[in-house]
Amino acid sequence: MYQYIAKRVLLTIPTLLGAAALVFLLMRLIPGDICLVRLGGGGGSFDPKALVACHTEIGVDRPVIVQFLEFIWGIIRFDFGTSMWSGKPVTTEILARLPISLEIAILGTAVAIAIAIPLGTISALKQNTWIDVAVRIFAIGGIATPSFWLGIMSVLLVLDVSAAITGTPWMPPIDYVPIWKDPIRNLSMAILPAITVGYRYAAVSMRMTRSAMLEVMREDYVRTARAKGLKNKLIVNRHALKNALLPVVTLLGIEFAFLIGGLVVTEQVFNLNGVGRLFVQAVQNQDYTLTQALVMLTVAIFVFTNLLVDLLYGWLDPRIHFA
Amino acid sequence: MRSWFLKAGLAASFALALSLSLTLSGQAETPKRGGILTYVIPADGGPSLDGHKETTFAVLHATAPFYSVMVRVNPDNPSSTSDFVCDLCTEIPKPTDNGLTYTFKIRPGVKFHDGTPLTAHDVAASWRRIVSPPPGVSSARANNFVMVDKIEDPDDTTFVITLKFDTLSFMPALADPYAYIYSKAILDKDQHWYEKNIMGSGPFKFVKFEIGQSIEGVRNPDYYHPGQPYLDGFKAIFAPKESVRLDAIRADRAAVEFRSMPPSARDQLIKLLGDKITVQESDWNCGNVLTPNNARPPFDDVRVRKALFLAIDQWKGAQALAKIAVVKTVGGIVFPGSPFAATKEELEKLPGYWPDIEKSRAEARRLLKEAGQENLTFEMLNRNVDQPYGIVGTWLVDEFSKVGMHVTQRVVPTGPWLDAMRRGDFAVALEANCQNVVNPVADSGRYLPHDLYPENFAYHKDPVQVEIYNKMLHETDPVKARVLMRDFENQTIGVGAHQLMVTWWYRIVPMRSYVKGWKISPSHYLNQDLANIWLDQ
Repeated sequence: MYQYIAKRVLLTIPTLLGAAALVFLLMRLIPGDICLVRLGGGGGSFDPKALVACHTEIGVDRPVIVQFLEFIWGIIRFDFGTSMWSGKPVTTEILARLPISLEIAILGTAVAIAIAIPLGTISALKQNTWIDVAVRIFAIGGIATPSFWLGIMSVLLVLDVSAAITGTPWMPPIDYVPIWKDPIRNLSMAILPAITVGYRYAAVSMRMTRSAMLEVMREDYVRTARAKGLKNKLIVNRHALKNALLPVVTLLGIEFAFLIGGLVVTEQVFNLNGVGRLFVQAVQNQDYTLTQALVMLTVAIFVFTNLLVDLLYGWLDPRIHFA
Repeated sequence: MRSWFLKAGLAASFALALSLSLTLSGQAETPKRGGILTYVIPADGGPSLDGHKETTFAVLHATAPFYSVMVRVNPDNPSSTSDFVCDLCTEIPKPTDNGLTYTFKIRPGVKFHDGTPLTAHDVAASWRRIVSPPPGVSSARANNFVMVDKIEDPDDTTFVITLKFDTLSFMPALADPYAYIYSKAILDKDQHWYEKNIMGSGPFKFVKFEIGQSIEGVRNPDYYHPGQPYLDGFKAIFAPKESVRLDAIRADRAAVEFRSMPPSARDQLIKLLGDKITVQESDWNCGNVLTPNNARPPFDDVRVRKALFLAIDQWKGAQALAKIAVVKTVGGIVFPGSPFAATKEELEKLPGYWPDIEKSRAEARRLLKEAGQENLTFEMLNRNVDQPYGIVGTWLVDEFSKVGMHVTQRVVPTGPWLDAMRRGDFAVALEANCQNVVNPVADSGRYLPHDLYPENFAYHKDPVQVEIYNKMLHETDPVKARVLMRDFENQTIGVGAHQLMVTWWYRIVPMRSYVKGWKISPSHYLNQDLANIWLDQ
């Protein structure tokens, strides 16, 4: 098992380096540069010497190959450099945003699991009844509804309902406070985005749970368990659900990794200062170093989440062995 | 003559302010002390914290409350384009040596937030860094100070600027809101310290900066303007999405956004909040500029460029656009509120401003036919910013179609948009001209040919235009300078048809009615130190 983990971790190195090289080249194919955006983005005039000084300061006036080698050498030393936009270390920029993204990803996943697994199971067990139809409509609704629309609507709903009840409109805070500093304020900010994200995420997982359960419930070993006279609850919980969860766990893992850096729209709608917003900002500003580091982070999260999911398979299905 | 012009400017500005402000409450009320002002900044957070280096308003809205400047636009009369007052100096000096030497006395007893005294040496060190930055240091607006010859600080309270030539553009340039006064001791140790740190002598002391999220300040008890600031502190939250800012003001999570909101947001807030919302509005020292690539066929033909301008009905278009976009006033190359701006009668003589649009478009068609471009087809480069680029661009495409032109838009993000213009890779571009202090002579420099002003993308050659500009730059009589400005404008838009100003922007600032003391200015860069704001709660 440990050998397997070590192999997988080692395999991430070429993956990360490949991603690094790709993003390095792609970023430089975008016309324009960060200094232009920085000085000319406001539409005002600026001193042309300032543009030259900016290029020199951030080092984009050097040959691309030199920049690339420096970037790779930095990765080897775990030094991702400084943001070309803010001048702050890239790690500082990312670490400032990571807590809120992680929190929303965890809460969103919790909401998704809490909705998807029970409803998906019930839907499968009550196949073709009105309950099944209702759950499927709920799931399709979640897939079909754009999260930005749901986010905006949920804020407007809270504003209108609070105004109708108390006469004063209320909305969640728009600035983040860590949960250990002010749990109530933190959760009041995080709960709506978590539900918004969780609903869509649950909808996909719910359909996966349903179809996996339908398949498992028709397996011979379930029929055998029934023939042995086991209670339905025991059959579902101990024999069917655990096996049906294998594809669901895979899906949950991929979605969780996506949530860390992919909540671009949700973070904008709820003014969350997260990694997704930073990603968009970095690309728009043509901040090469920050974008490169964020891509590396995203790739690393995907790789390690997949590893974790693979390890979970062993727990869910004892027949799986790691060699 | 200069004082007459100043008075005329003040009178014009006063009239403008009266006509444009929907509500200017709190003028006669006694300010109350206390409270924390929370406001939203419509950006993701600025690049560095150094005002000398940066150009984005996001830096200024976040850091101006921490700093002093030498001279500023009068915070009690910010709509004026010529009312400059001292911040750190004791009085605006009368220049000596034939208008070449300005000797400022620095206010005594001013302290930096770390307790060290602020002297003329700090002022001089900061201004040297702005005017002629040392190697490795970037100063974004150094080119505004081509007239400065030397800066001296003979003693602790005296600061002297000597000019190479007298010019009307000097005093507005000196009132640059980004010209923060830094500590010489800190600059001597590290010229880059202020990029990541804040330490000034302004109305508020720095408390904390949460990267990309918010910045907070607390009242400076040692502030040198008596009684100010009125607030106990402030918190500015970065909120790039408009719906968030709108909801935040509605729910009172924030009291105001100082840049501008579109008309629809204003109307919605008034509808929802009634008298709990107050709106201040002003013409904005920003506008869109239509730039044909003068070096690329068929726009190397002045007839085609003129036809482009003549196709546009600015007078009718501006009225309609004002309902959906942050634009309103038709103007020439000078900010409409300035005494240097063209009158309506003067504008109506220029292509693109004719009062009879049918006649204008008939002339456009004639010129196109004469130039062999009756079925002119081209692509207009535009920026992917909705307000107002997207809206103005779409309107222009429709206007061009009315004389038979077939126009498509290439809408791209800021970086590629600027890059395409710099490489000359466009036929026609919709760009912007956005300045802070209204400085007609300096601001119109952006219409000069590319070899003199590298950020001009018309790529034209026009020695006559350059000659007029040089005369205007050295003219110290405002009346004569205004005549030269008309010549310059006529040469730029009328004779050469190099570029056209397409509707000036319009600033709309809705705020919670309890926010008092703040007055709108023609620029979102001005009057942002928050010292005169108080909360009526």
